[in-house]
Amino acid sequence: MNEDNYLNAGYSLRSWFFTTDHKRIAILYFASLIFFFFIGGAAATAIRIELATPQADFVSSDMYNRLFTMHGVIMVWFFLIPSIPNTLGNFIVPLMIGARDLAFPRLNLLSWYLFMLGGSVTLFAIAAGGIDTGWTFYTPFSTLYSNSYVAVAVTGVFIAGFSSILTGLNFIVTIHRLRAPGLTWYRLPLFIWSLYATSVILVLATPVLAMTLLMLLAERVFHVGIFSPQLGGDPLLFQHMFWFYSHPAVYIMILPSMGVISEVVPCFSSKPLFGYYFVVWCSIAIAAIGFLVWGHHMFVAGMSLYASLAFSFLSYLVAVPSAIKVFNWVATMHEGWIRFDAPMLYAFGFIGLFTIGGLTGLFLAALAVDVQVTQTYFIVAHFHYIMVGGAVMGYFAGLHYWWPKITGRLYPDYWARFAAILAFFGFNLTFFPQFILGYLGMPRRYQSYPPEFQIWNVLSSAGASILAVGYALPLFYFAWSILRGPRASANPWGATGLEWTTPSPPPTENFPKTPTVIRPPYQYDRGVPCPQADNG
Amino acid sequence: MGERAIGFQYSTVAQERETVTLGMWAFLATEVLFFGALIAAYINYRIWFGAEFIAAASLTKVALGTANTAVLLTSSACMAMAVTTRDAGKTRAPVLWLVATALLGLIFIVIKATEWFLEYQEHLVPALNFDLGRHGGVAEIFFIFYFCATGLHALHLLIGISLVSWLAFAIGTDRLKPGSTTRLIGLYWHFVDIVWIFLFPLIYLAGRNG
Repeated sequence: MNEDNYLNAGYSLRSWFFTTDHKRIAILYFASLIFFFFIGGAAATAIRIELATPQADFVSSDMYNRLFTMHGVIMVWFFLIPSIPNTLGNFIVPLMIGARDLAFPRLNLLSWYLFMLGGSVTLFAIAAGGIDTGWTFYTPFSTLYSNSYVAVAVTGVFIAGFSSILTGLNFIVTIHRLRAPGLTWYRLPLFIWSLYATSVILVLATPVLAMTLLMLLAERVFHVGIFSPQLGGDPLLFQHMFWFYSHPAVYIMILPSMGVISEVVPCFSSKPLFGYYFVVWCSIAIAAIGFLVWGHHMFVAGMSLYASLAFSFLSYLVAVPSAIKVFNWVATMHEGWIRFDAPMLYAFGFIGLFTIGGLTGLFLAALAVDVQVTQTYFIVAHFHYIMVGGAVMGYFAGLHYWWPKITGRLYPDYWARFAAILAFFGFNLTFFPQFILGYLGMPRRYQSYPPEFQIWNVLSSAGASILAVGYALPLFYFAWSILRGPRASANPWGATGLEWTTPSPPPTENFPKTPTVIRPPYQYDRGVPCPQADNG
Repeated sequence: MGERAIGFQYSTVAQERETVTLGMWAFLATEVLFFGALIAAYINYRIWFGAEFIAAASLTKVALGTANTAVLLTSSACMAMAVTTRDAGKTRAPVLWLVATALLGLIFIVIKATEWFLEYQEHLVPALNFDLGRHGGVAEIFFIFYFCATGLHALHLLIGISLVSWLAFAIGTDRLKPGSTTRLIGLYWHFVDIVWIFLFPLIYLAGRNG
């Protein structure tokens, strides 16, 4: 183990909670996100227990509404959105571009404090009695009728939004200005390109959510009409503004995962990534077109047919760059020296599940099909394939890929592979039956259902228990790895990025000497990696 | 004005300058979308309820609003002078220009507060004393937007005034090392000005073209 590293630079609480080291802030985020992930997961567990039987028997209907809202709010804003950018991104971005830190280290710490403040406020709303509006906070229910802690929860989300903005801003500026000598834009690893695209969305979409939530708060707290139809307001306006953020937010969740997969696939295929430029510009295209498709959440909300047609067309269009990426990853593996380590297994899982999620997204972009399946479990299954099958699988892939770099320790590969396979099967068993349920007409957000749907719901609940084991296993072997794991070398996987040229775990200043980049990423000479810099 | 230390994450002074400048522009991009969302929602209703919004807009104090526009534009000119003189290496001139900028900002706030007080007396404040019977629900929507927009703008301006006052103090007492700070705060100040340039015609001048 590297003698002088960021982990043994100080052991006091102060050296962690007032650190400006991007690597330590990443660890702070990581610990917080595990906490929120298990809170959101607990709500999901209760939902799946309730749905195992057709009758409403486990919790009251009021409680059920609060459970799925809590699951959505926590998972979207306090796990998925910050997941890869704030943990892996925070840790890896400066290392990957050969910088000593992010451009604004103190802003980075502030971002974590804002996140924790927003999270605490939202948790307070949940502990005090919960929210029953669904994570979308649709008006006028959320502003006029709901008797739950909407205002507090919305305030929490509002605060957490500033954390997102600061992180996005920091990444954009860092990637523009702090790249090592020789690291041109087209030599940037694709993880950096994806986080750049993600950051643009964070900076440009989050403020719109902030303003929308402020208007919602004004209406709820002061009882004035902004979206309320009684006073001439337009409830659809809320939906437009909400989805103007929340659809790009889907790309905030999936783009970083795509970036991870673009790192993992060439590394474990020991081959250059196929079509680097296409993947780069597909990331940018997804971010750009992603801003123009929000209306597909509102096809049945009473929008003009012409608007629906335009949104439908654009939604098909945004699928093209995503599909190009999938083909690029598959082509990269073609004739490669593939190794089946845990990160690669998670990457396989991502590619398969994301493809199913993406293809069913095309069903939903079709106006007529959407009318049939909107507000059913088909939607629930579709977005879980993207957000859990895609984003979370990518997060786990990245975690397993960079774990030796972050901790300086290896983990038991056998258990990690087992967890990856378990999560893949558990996931499919949980969510594939929901496609069928939705197609048969079971609406989302109901706690009871006709008995003929029970078989699919039981399958789904059984799958959820397997998935839960798949997600819990890493806790154990990662804990073991920290305590007992064998030391990791600087480049255990044979990867080419700059982050692998510095010791594991990296020293506080990242590189003993600023590296000079001499070649593009993912260069392999007959399976032998050619690092981007000769020596860090 | 000797050598100065740069942040450990930078390698040159130029790199630090370019980095912090880009950071401010990225922040302003966020702000554009923040106000942009409010303005878009306002325009939505402005188009939808054309006649009602024109009637409601006629209740705003256009003379005070116009005076305030002049005050704010003048403050931006002062800010620009502060940046230019600071870049030229002067020490006394930028302080004076900054003080003028902050004072003009304060005058804007005073005039704005006067407007709000007059509107309060006329029962135009939603949630507080809005006279629904006299003006109707749509006029209330107009005034919600009016108070949200001008209120958020005033909040930004107050932050700007604090920053400019601190800057004048720091330069005047020679606590500030040479660098980009003046230009960054200048960018922010001009941005707050530009927000007003959009708000003024949208709110005050609706239907006043005849």
